[in-house]
Amino acid sequence: MNAPEPTANAKSALTLYDVALPSRMLIGTAQYPSPHVLASAVEASGAGIVTVSLRREQARGRMGERFLELVGALGVRVLPNTAGCRTVKEAVTTAQMAREVFNTDWIKLEVIANDDTLQPDVFGLAEAAAVLNADGFKVLPYTTEDLSVAERLLNAGCQVLMPWGAPIGTGRGLANPYALQSMRAYFPDTPLIIDAGIGAPSHAAQAMEMGFDGVLLNTAVAKAGDPVRMAQAFAQAIDAGRAAFESGLMGMRDMAQPSTPVAGTPFFDLKRGDA
Amino acid sequence: MVTQVEVRTLIVNGEAVMTAAETLADLVAERGLAEAKVATARNGTFVPEKARATTPLFFDDHIEIVSPRHGG
Repeated sequence: MNAPEPTANAKSALTLYDVALPSRMLIGTAQYPSPHVLASAVEASGAGIVTVSLRREQARGRMGERFLELVGALGVRVLPNTAGCRTVKEAVTTAQMAREVFNTDWIKLEVIANDDTLQPDVFGLAEAAAVLNADGFKVLPYTTEDLSVAERLLNAGCQVLMPWGAPIGTGRGLANPYALQSMRAYFPDTPLIIDAGIGAPSHAAQAMEMGFDGVLLNTAVAKAGDPVRMAQAFAQAIDAGRAAFESGLMGMRDMAQPSTPVAGTPFFDLKRGDA
Repeated sequence: MVTQVEVRTLIVNGEAVMTAAETLADLVAERGLAEAKVATARNGTFVPEKARATTPLFFDDHIEIVSPRHGG
């Protein structure tokens, strides 16, 4: 396996764009049953980054003000997204508006190709990433596991990549673990965050065991029966998966091999089948 | 003398709106958002807050006025 050298601190912090973060979990702020549950779930997750969005203004701006107050009280970093953008221009303009409103140059870049799959438009994504990086943004692109697209994004100046686990909102886990493993192996030094499709803590643990640097999820927590406990469950799974990766997982074998020593087995000299 | 106020039809957040606002800053104020945390775009291009007062509005301009919201 490609485990790194053991570190003194097994829960080594995630660093993105030279910012050290307290957790390898990133969490979305949408779809919670109430603002209180949202705040409690984010706190329980331990996440250092929450994703946010921009939408058409309603209620003379009060909705936006209230949301900003809520997020501000969480004491975490906000990562605005360009969710729903379908063209380079929409995504770039949304990112610029987000930078002004949220006062951050970080952007979760989404350029969506298809409403049914919410698959990234990887061509538009690479183009928008280049424009935004040139404009001083720190771009975190929501992408596929495609290696050539990943290279384009890195060449465009991205220092973090966020491949999908499965399409947004499906909760299907890692749909293509082989390709994701290839991506991890091909870009050993690039922070890779699994973004979207995570439905259960076991999915998050699997991603972390594979050596991904973090997990971004929303629906699996927000739509849980008890979002606060589910946020804790994800935090534990992510910690466990990371610790397992850093510890070095055993390789798989095709055939069984006894774990108890064979030497000294009682009755070993008896012929099998004689009893 | 009758002062003529020019009224324009704009598309604001996807809806047709009649307004006498001459600049984007006027329009934002007209909607009670002068002090609100909003961001703006005109015809798909970002207009920074400082530039709203010098951004004129024309017939059929498409204006977006957005504010912070939950996101995934």
